[in-house]
Amino acid sequence: MKADFWSGLALGALGAYIIAQAWGWEYLGADGPGPGFFPLWYGIAIVALSLGLVASSLRRGETQAIDWTGASRAFTTWLALALAVAAFKLVSFHVAFAALTFFIVAVMYRRPLLVAATVAVATTAAFYVVFPLALGVNLP
Amino acid sequence: MEVFSGLMHGFAVALQPANLLWCFVGVFLGTVIGVMPGLGPPATIAMLLPLTMMMNPAGAIIMLAGIYYGAKYGGSTTSILINVPGESASVVTCLDGYQMARKGRAGAALGIAAIASFIAGTVGVVGIMLIAPPLARMALAFSSPEYFALMALGLAMVVLLAGRSMVKALLAMLVGLWLAGIGTDLFSQTSRFTFGQLELLSGIDFVVVAIGVFAIGEVLGNMQMREAAEALPVPKGLRNLLPTLQDLKDCRFAFANGSIVGFLIGVLPGAGSTIASFISYGLEKAVSRRPQEFGTGVIEGVAAPEGANNSETGGALVPMLTLGIPGSSTTAVLLAALVLWGFKPGPLFISENANLFWGLVASMYIGNLMLLILNIPLVPLFAQVLRAPVYVLYPIIIGISIVGVYSTSGSLFDVWLLAGFGLLGYFMRKLDYPTAPLILGLVLGGPLERALRQSLMMSDGHLSILVSRPVSAVMLSLALLILLMPMFGKLNTWRLRALEK
Repeated sequence: MKADFWSGLALGALGAYIIAQAWGWEYLGADGPGPGFFPLWYGIAIVALSLGLVASSLRRGETQAIDWTGASRAFTTWLALALAVAAFKLVSFHVAFAALTFFIVAVMYRRPLLVAATVAVATTAAFYVVFPLALGVNLP
Repeated sequence: MEVFSGLMHGFAVALQPANLLWCFVGVFLGTVIGVMPGLGPPATIAMLLPLTMMMNPAGAIIMLAGIYYGAKYGGSTTSILINVPGESASVVTCLDGYQMARKGRAGAALGIAAIASFIAGTVGVVGIMLIAPPLARMALAFSSPEYFALMALGLAMVVLLAGRSMVKALLAMLVGLWLAGIGTDLFSQTSRFTFGQLELLSGIDFVVVAIGVFAIGEVLGNMQMREAAEALPVPKGLRNLLPTLQDLKDCRFAFANGSIVGFLIGVLPGAGSTIASFISYGLEKAVSRRPQEFGTGVIEGVAAPEGANNSETGGALVPMLTLGIPGSSTTAVLLAALVLWGFKPGPLFISENANLFWGLVASMYIGNLMLLILNIPLVPLFAQVLRAPVYVLYPIIIGISIVGVYSTSGSLFDVWLLAGFGLLGYFMRKLDYPTAPLILGLVLGGPLERALRQSLMMSDGHLSILVSRPVSAVMLSLALLILLMPMFGKLNTWRLRALEK
């Protein structure tokens, strides 16, 4: 996997989407530039630059590969975060956040279960005390 | 006289007990954040921004600015003790600071870093005080074409210095412009890039993107590193933390160099404190009678960069407050904070909000003094922060980020966006896309489009208005030159070498 090649392609697709959308909006009207004016130009710039990035990646035979092994820890954490956000409405912020904290401590950092449980409960309790009780800030 | 009376007025604001407390909270938090490798001031300020909505704006800006310059003090601690910079501006301090610590002079290195930071930080505040009001008066003559050109120049500078690849920096900036364009177009009421989502009609909140990219992105990026570096011991006792008279004498030029270079670099958009500290270090080495000893534990090699990265803070606030143009990620977040509280940074900011401006300036004097008092005797305490387990820290950062975003809008949709931008921030770090241009593109995207469209309305659609006015013509020519730099072989080699160093 070539990092620049794939990121260039993704950005090129974004640029194409911006151009396609901007094409449908007024470019220049009686009062001056319309809503499509500015996006059309940065869309074109994104496509041009991302194609340049892809071309240079192919030309120089890019060696910088995406480190999927190293990234797996980050992706797993992100997935746990996404699941916690999805669970806010179902099981409340407190339960979902405590579970996320427990997961990070016990699974990602391989600490003993008792340590993970203590950190999860203490952190969640601290959030409850600081935000809704002390500051009057609503939790999700 | 106007400056003096303004400053006195500012002290009256900054010395109010509540504002003194917020100043202390800011500089203390800033120092702690500076000590922690991996969590920078933009992430911290972005995370705390939603919570400042219920505060008095003067207290809030005093606290957030305290975090900004306080982090610069704290950053040196890790550079000196574990050879790991707490933030990018302290990278160069590792060169001589860590070597001093290895020779048993950690106390003197930490002490001189605090003293240099205090002197240069104070010079930076004097700089804001003297330069900001006349610059604001000058900017009053600017109209839409000049503003467009100024923003284009600022963005070009950020792109130039953001990273090795200007193409990637430009792409990041353009994505920032696109994100800024999401929502309802104010001129025509057309909804743009909303994907049919009602929640996107009012646009994407800056706070969501900033917290996602900086805080969540940093946590995800740091999850890959489990092991912590071993810290060298901090000498006990105040006497062991104070540099000798000879040390202070050796650092005379370094104090002046760091203060002046830092401030001047700070005023330039895009350059930032990392570049200020490197230039100041290079200058110190160039004029030194013993340049060959730099890198082996020379005290001036700590004083100059530490001074520069603190003085830069004052410089960076000048264009942010007087022109509404931020030059770095942190000032972009501070600018967004002012806008969220209902202020309009720009030429009229100082005259319309004299209390806030002079209160902030006066609080920076007080904050720098607090930092000097805090940093010398409390360095051993701050060094303990390095021992805080990351598995406790990261869930707390994630939690504060979620609560911060939710408290701004009360919408779970924004929390989903936060997760999405966290992933974007992680990818940007891994794929070597700089984050500063994205954030600046997002902050300046709206005003940039507005200025361009207003300019074209003034000229009945003729682009020539941008180059027929001398100020905008000069600034746009400079911006163009900067963007074409990679095409000039020697200039680009110089840029890459400077960034590499």
